[in-house]
Amino acid sequence: MAIETALIQEKLEQKFANKVTNFEMQKDIFSFEITSDTLREVILFLKDEEDTNFHFLTDLCGVHYPDNTVDQQFCVVYHLHNWVENTRIRIKTYLNGAQPEVASISDIFLSSNWMERETYDFYGITFTGHPQLKRILNMDEMVSFPMRKEFPMEDNGRTDKDDRFFGRTANC
Amino acid sequence: MSELLLPPEHRYAKIINEKRNDDGSEYSILNLGPTHPATHGIFQNILLMDGERIVEAEPTIGYIHRAFEKIAENRPFYQITPLTDRMNYCSSPINNMAWWMTVEKLLDIEVPKRAQYLRVIVMELARIADHIICNSILGVDTGAYTGFLYVFQFREKIYEIYEEICGARLTTNMGRIGGFEREWSDEAFRKLNVFLEEFPVAWKEFENLFERNRIFIDRTVNVGAITAESAMAYGFTGPNLRAAGVDYDVRVAQPYSSYEDFEFIVPVGKSGDTYDRFCVRNAEVWESLSIIRQALAKLPEGPYHADVPEYYLPPKEDVYTTMESLIYHFKIVMGEVPIPVAEIYHPVEGGNGELGFYLVTDGSRTPYRLHFRRPCFIYYQAYPEMIKGSLLSDAIVILSSLNVIAGELDA
Repeated sequence: MAIETALIQEKLEQKFANKVTNFEMQKDIFSFEITSDTLREVILFLKDEEDTNFHFLTDLCGVHYPDNTVDQQFCVVYHLHNWVENTRIRIKTYLNGAQPEVASISDIFLSSNWMERETYDFYGITFTGHPQLKRILNMDEMVSFPMRKEFPMEDNGRTDKDDRFFGRTANC
Repeated sequence: MSELLLPPEHRYAKIINEKRNDDGSEYSILNLGPTHPATHGIFQNILLMDGERIVEAEPTIGYIHRAFEKIAENRPFYQITPLTDRMNYCSSPINNMAWWMTVEKLLDIEVPKRAQYLRVIVMELARIADHIICNSILGVDTGAYTGFLYVFQFREKIYEIYEEICGARLTTNMGRIGGFEREWSDEAFRKLNVFLEEFPVAWKEFENLFERNRIFIDRTVNVGAITAESAMAYGFTGPNLRAAGVDYDVRVAQPYSSYEDFEFIVPVGKSGDTYDRFCVRNAEVWESLSIIRQALAKLPEGPYHADVPEYYLPPKEDVYTTMESLIYHFKIVMGEVPIPVAEIYHPVEGGNGELGFYLVTDGSRTPYRLHFRRPCFIYYQAYPEMIKGSLLSDAIVILSSLNVIAGELDA
């Protein structure tokens, strides 16, 4: 079973030329990168093409890389799965750090609706075309995006947790 | 009334103002939750009601969001298990083992057969505990308290087995990188054998009480049905998907921890309604029992953990007396153990479906990014669609048959 990774790569390169790059096998999952403007086409192609038929969206999440160049500071990772052939793939698309924006796939996969909202909630990545892009796990009044690397895990103003009392001097 | 409760720009306010029934009655709004005794967890749904029927529902989630993904980015690998405990707290050993297996996949650690089998046993016990809760609470919500009380003592017995293995009951924090932290005691095996003798009798009676029960059938058949297509579109996995007739099970599709050594059936339903979900979970309990028996019968001798001392803390007395232990202790505490740079996705079959860990490392002692693929979070978004047009009392039954666990939903 399992679809030949070479076949997927060949088909994608044929159709999308240099918009799909960095094909590699990461442990057990075949993974590649695409430019954010072709995201919808690639996912629709992989879903509808008979040979690939990646019909199930397993997971969607964001990653923040503040040390990258400004064009690549955010990454949205899609895991697709073909249950019949039992093959998984990982698609990554890098977004601009100042204005992270990518097309929503919530009309292709209904399940991505909340996953995109979650990604927006935590990273501030805008999914254009999403029917109801608002915060989901955090409160609506929140202004920051807490999973970004610059967001501190704890409130700096806390006085009850003074690191000096534990032999560490991070704060002073 | 509704003007007082809702801001005028809310879409419900618009619907209420425009829509009038023929007899002059109007839609009303009902706030189900966040703390409602029948929802078993903190779920809020703002329901738009036409008399007793639900017209629309708007779920609000996140009431027990604890930012586990953020916390995990600041913790070494071996300190992340307590976070996974608190996701699906009805079957925390599955979450623990899934996390260890993710780390082992990252570090390329081969776990000894015995540890793999022991993991299978404890994961199947956890699955039984999970299904006991789901099905018996479903009974409570349809008015049958007896069945719940009767089988709940066996969840207690399962917790006693956990206690023998790791010392904890609900949030187990069980195991470590490479296997278990200690060999299972004889008492654990004794309790397990007693459980395997007593539980099937009780579970058979539980099944008899419900499966042909007129009241139960009236309350559940054709309630909250979902087709296989839309279940897949909404990202259903696990028993809820199998009740709709799709036989996707991670244990079969992508066997981990030696699941390929055991023979079991993947039970499927037909209509995807509440009754089918109940029956699929019942059948899965029998399969789990069979897997545990097979694993016990075939349980190989050997070490209970892999020989990877650089990834777990050595016993304290060794740290004081032997050089290697002291070195490993120092390296682990100071975070000087090399971690490969990689991206890992590891799925397991959790109590509610495919539980996946997506782990990105950058070579440091903490994950660069850790994302939990939580089955509850993904399939709960179908809930408003499923309860549309049903009675309020059915909405409660559908919610408990989906087995949405608040901890997993909100992470």
